[in-house]
Amino acid sequence: MSRFPELVLAVALLVAPASISLAAQDAPAAGKFGIGREATPEEVAAWDIDVRPDGLGLPEGRGTAAEGMAIYDENCASCHGDFGEAVDRWPVLAGGQGTLENERPEKTIGSYWPHLSTVYDYVRRAMPFGNARSLSDDDVYALTAYLLYLNDIVDDEDFELSKENFTSIKLPNADNFIEDDRESEPHYADKSDPCMSDCKPGKAEVKMHAAVLDVTPENADDSAPQGGID
Amino acid sequence: MAERQQVLSPSRRGFLTGGLMGAAALASTGLARASEGEEVITEIQDWNRYPGDGVDARPYGQPSQFEAHVVRKNVPWLTSDSISSINFTPLHELDGIITPNGLCFERHHAGIAEIEPGSHRLMINGLVDRQLVFTIADLKRFPRENRIFFLECAANSGMEWRGAQLNGCQFTHGMIHCVAYTGVRLKYLLEEAGVKTAGKWLLAEGADASAMTRSIPMEKALDDCMVAFAMNGEALRPEQGYPIRLVVPGWEGNMWIKWLRRLEVGDEPWEQREETSKYTDLLANGKARRHTWVMDVKSVITNPSPQAPITHGKGAMVLSGLAWSGNGAISRVDVSIDGGRNWHAARIDGPSLPMALHRFYYEFDWDGSELFLQSRAIDDKGFIQPTKEQLRSVRGPNSIYHNNGIQTWHVDGEGVVENVEIS
Repeated sequence: MSRFPELVLAVALLVAPASISLAAQDAPAAGKFGIGREATPEEVAAWDIDVRPDGLGLPEGRGTAAEGMAIYDENCASCHGDFGEAVDRWPVLAGGQGTLENERPEKTIGSYWPHLSTVYDYVRRAMPFGNARSLSDDDVYALTAYLLYLNDIVDDEDFELSKENFTSIKLPNADNFIEDDRESEPHYADKSDPCMSDCKPGKAEVKMHAAVLDVTPENADDSAPQGGID
Repeated sequence: MAERQQVLSPSRRGFLTGGLMGAAALASTGLARASEGEEVITEIQDWNRYPGDGVDARPYGQPSQFEAHVVRKNVPWLTSDSISSINFTPLHELDGIITPNGLCFERHHAGIAEIEPGSHRLMINGLVDRQLVFTIADLKRFPRENRIFFLECAANSGMEWRGAQLNGCQFTHGMIHCVAYTGVRLKYLLEEAGVKTAGKWLLAEGADASAMTRSIPMEKALDDCMVAFAMNGEALRPEQGYPIRLVVPGWEGNMWIKWLRRLEVGDEPWEQREETSKYTDLLANGKARRHTWVMDVKSVITNPSPQAPITHGKGAMVLSGLAWSGNGAISRVDVSIDGGRNWHAARIDGPSLPMALHRFYYEFDWDGSELFLQSRAIDDKGFIQPTKEQLRSVRGPNSIYHNNGIQTWHVDGEGVVENVEIS
């Protein structure tokens, strides 16, 4: 046996999943169709990493803004900029407070995002871009603390964010979200039959050509316009 | 085979040149050559003399080589990187209501996850009696259904909020596709797990490197959502979520989680990145609407359009377009050729299904004069597609999402079409 350690390991790996399948067959799910097997606690824990605004799902851990700065500079700044101002069209993370009614609003964590939990959840599941799930829970606390610092929501670089104080932090724009009320808009509320003839006076006149700002891919020059979708 | 192609290719090139010249001559001189006839008729063509490829040459068939221009296209300046970006369905090249699988627009947040189906699992956890894991084979043991639905990105037409910007319905309206899904009702899966009374929300999560997540109200999940494994009769394409995706009929495309791996039942929404910082609609007063899930009633004329000008000159012509609504079926589409002064009921042809694309036509004689083409859809809940002015007057120009305003195409005397805004 000792001459073939790799073989023993390989056999063990092959047997392990099979035993789970057998266990599932022994205890079939109790649903109407009896299809599927019960998830193990370890499996649920491996995937269920979402965090809600009320703190449900936050892991144990902590990190300071200063610790976050070092992690940010190494993992995030190449796309998001040294101070969250962003490089090229990567998302801007900081600044923009007070711009939401401007012609060109800047939507950042500090100016727009309603919940800090979204920052923790998203960084933990999807960042850094290209190497998701590579940061520790403490790293994510530290990065989240640093993003609060970059947005002037905390002003002490020794500020420590943890599971315990997390939900005490409120983001500035939290109260500016309203539920969908599109149906109350006049053009939707009015369900009368629309006009079919002589609906507008005079001949139609062009007010704006796409060709003036021609950014259609086949024709565009190098100057990109404002206003991407992401 | 290669040898024969070498032999044939010079004459094929000769035909192409001759054919194009012949067509040009006919177009410019009318029937001047009628006594001789068109070469494509009077000369024996290669394909009429020599056999073509056998059945082993194309085990998975592709469109004709002469349709190679019919492809999805990216707008590079929109996003930072093509692995977190979008491309657009070439609506002006398609007809009917079904989008071919290879032309369905793509939107990824971390590229295409390539998943071997034997390594994929769907987990249901949270407020359920039994936390379950399904394999793909398990899912195919539930009763299956086939449904045709459109999928529209909430940002479709989002670049047009400030005015006419992109010349082509592929770019202004191409974040949409419509296919026939095969899958199982989400309701059956949730019932199998046993949703607890407090379970009012569902978090759907993808297995890709963005681990895309969206909160969905349980009422919708139990109503008409599906977990699909096939589109248009074949397995989902990788870029559409192979091996399984969530189908959320009539609601914004971002919620149709691709590479679906987990469904968590909870008592509140999770307020994830894609439902707070994105997919919320900023209004002029600085407030933002959230939970704007339904895709509003909308239509667009696909032909003619900037990428598909009128090339046949005056006379009989077919105007064609698409209409859809996340509220239900389309009951009527009106078309205007004079910029909304007068409207004519268009002819809807083909299936009229709730939350699916509808194909409409309007046939008329073009007298060669300038046209301002518009279409206006009305759905079976009575919602009427608004003008862009109406939308901007209520919302301002910064909503990004849910721009369903009436589109105007200007046609000049030569048949050239441009995206414009008009008085």
